[in-house]
Amino acid sequence: MITRPQITSYLSEHYGDEAYAELSGYEARGGFEGLRKALRMEPGEIIELVKSAGLRGRGGAGFSAGLKWSFMPSGDDRPKLFVCNGDESEPGSFKDRLIMERGPHQILEGILIGAWAIGASKTYIYIRGEYVESVRRLQQAVDQLYERGYLGRSILRKKGFDHDIVVHSGAGAYICGEETGLLESLEGKKGQPRKKPPFPAQYGAFGLPTTVNNVETFSHVPFILARGVDWFRGIGTEKSPGTTLYGVSGHVERPGLFELPLGTPLREIIEHAGGVRGGRAVKGVIPGGMSMPILPPSDLDVKMADEFLSARGTHLGTGGVMVMDETTCMVRVACVISYFFRDESCGQCTQCREGTGWVNKICERIEAGRGTPADLELLDDVPSIMEGQTICAFADAAAWPIQGLMRHFRGDFETHIAEKKCPFPESFEL
Amino acid sequence: SGLELDSVLPEIREQIEALFPRYPEKRGALLPAIYLVQAKKGYVDEQDARVLAELFDIKPVEVWEVLSFYNMFYTTPQGRHHVHVCTNLPCSLRGSRSLLKSLESHLGIRCGQTTSDGRITLMHEECLGSCGTAPVMRVDGEYVENLNLDEAKRVLDGLG
Ligand SMILES: Cc1cc2nc3c(=O)[nH]c(=O)nc-3n(C[C@H](O)[C@H](O)[C@H](O)COP(=O)(O)O)c2cc1C
Ligand code: SF4
Ligand code: FES
Repeated sequence: MITRPQITSYLSEHYGDEAYAELSGYEARGGFEGLRKALRMEPGEIIELVKSAGLRGRGGAGFSAGLKWSFMPSGDDRPKLFVCNGDESEPGSFKDRLIMERGPHQILEGILIGAWAIGASKTYIYIRGEYVESVRRLQQAVDQLYERGYLGRSILRKKGFDHDIVVHSGAGAYICGEETGLLESLEGKKGQPRKKPPFPAQYGAFGLPTTVNNVETFSHVPFILARGVDWFRGIGTEKSPGTTLYGVSGHVERPGLFELPLGTPLREIIEHAGGVRGGRAVKGVIPGGMSMPILPPSDLDVKMADEFLSARGTHLGTGGVMVMDETTCMVRVACVISYFFRDESCGQCTQCREGTGWVNKICERIEAGRGTPADLELLDDVPSIMEGQTICAFADAAAWPIQGLMRHFRGDFETHIAEKKCPFPESFEL
Repeated sequence: SGLELDSVLPEIREQIEALFPRYPEKRGALLPAIYLVQAKKGYVDEQDARVLAELFDIKPVEVWEVLSFYNMFYTTPQGRHHVHVCTNLPCSLRGSRSLLKSLESHLGIRCGQTTSDGRITLMHEECLGSCGTAPVMRVDGEYVENLNLDEAKRVLDGLG
């Protein structure tokens, strides 16, 4: 069991320390200073502060957290809700689990600061069902907060600041990470994403105004309050301040988590993970979780922040870096990826339901040596039909990685078709 | 089988009803309620779905839709132990699919099946959020990380 990242910074500094997951240990290491500061401020000031800190969401889309908070309607009598997204099921991502297990109070402090800012009376923490340990840790942390007056009525004796937190388990469905799929699931329904508008800020969980943020996003908030905007902006890049927990997996010597500034060059992150196993060469790297298009070795110097990655046709996503060495068959990679999306499509939109099935079938046919040149054209066309036309961004997430593979590794597909077999005997097994 | 639920229902019913106030509408407690039933009897069948539907004032088919949507809910009896091997990309890159095949032959079943003595149900699973310690399997909810074949067989053989 990993207990701390191989490289730490402010977020994960104390993750090796068992006491940090307890309220007393968290307080002893500076915990809840940020909330105390926030409670001396006006809610609107906090929103402005988080906006000017430039904190971007860490759940995949990189949207400004402060701006999202400002969308909550004011002068509306309905109770407002927060949802903390702990569904983390983007393949290649494993940072939120570590935060939930080792720094649960950071998340809760971030939630409370945000709750004061947006006037939310309740937070649901939605955690993927497989993460039983995360559920246990967060429930324990929530119980400790109730005992010590950090939750409930008049929090820290602040009149008018009431808040409750409910820890809620998902039940195994990737699509429940998409925020409106999550809201449906929280309501006790199938996790099928909703058409937008209305957006969650107007009509969220149980029809109430709701803001959804990722686990890691919340965790940065206490540090911004306690240490200030200038400090936060001093880390990372101008457009993407702060650190993140890059998760490096696949063919590296020492896979794991590395807390480094946003904008750290990809090559450096891979070197921190011990480089490619056995001194082999890199064939490709998926930089931000499985939904994000792959990069070729010539792009390894790219800085890992969305403004630089998007110039290379991909995105930071969740910062899950998957490294593939020279033995790797990219058609097999396409088979694994397309199977996942076929399996997890919620089925509401025809392009997504049919498209993911088609793409998977074609990839498997090519890998089996039964592909034709017409299949290549299909792999060019089908993803572009799926993109941008569906109820949620899942169909884009399914199309992008295939487009990336076709862009940079078309040769692998062509060789399979020409030789009528897989030309990579050393590749990982399917 | 529904009778089983009926017989545990007084106890579960209280636990379920205690969850209602956590949500603005009680239906929010449906997933947690299904978990409670499943913890008691291992799976949730049509009869159970009818009882739950009544408790939640919804149609049995609505409960059934939820049961079949989520991977972690079971509508048929399962082995005494659940073994889920992750086969997503980071685990595959580190050999999880060959490992799964070896476990299939070790147990004499295919993925998705239960051993004839009802001891183990073997499944594959998508990314478990543990790619830094791949390959990974989940055994009755516990993660076993940095797996190799010998270790995996030892864990399976140790299951009663
Ligand atoms: C298919 C799909 C899956 C997603 N899965 C997750 C997830 O597991 N965790 C997460 O925080 N966000 C996930 N998101 C993003 C959420 O919809 C949402 O943008 C995010 O939780 C907002 O938080 P943030 O602004 O703090 O990043 C997913 C989005 C899509 C389209
Ligand atoms: S895009 Fe796919 S996952 Fe999203 S709502 Fe449509 S069918 Fe469901
Ligand atoms: S791919 Fe197996 S844990 Fe992520």
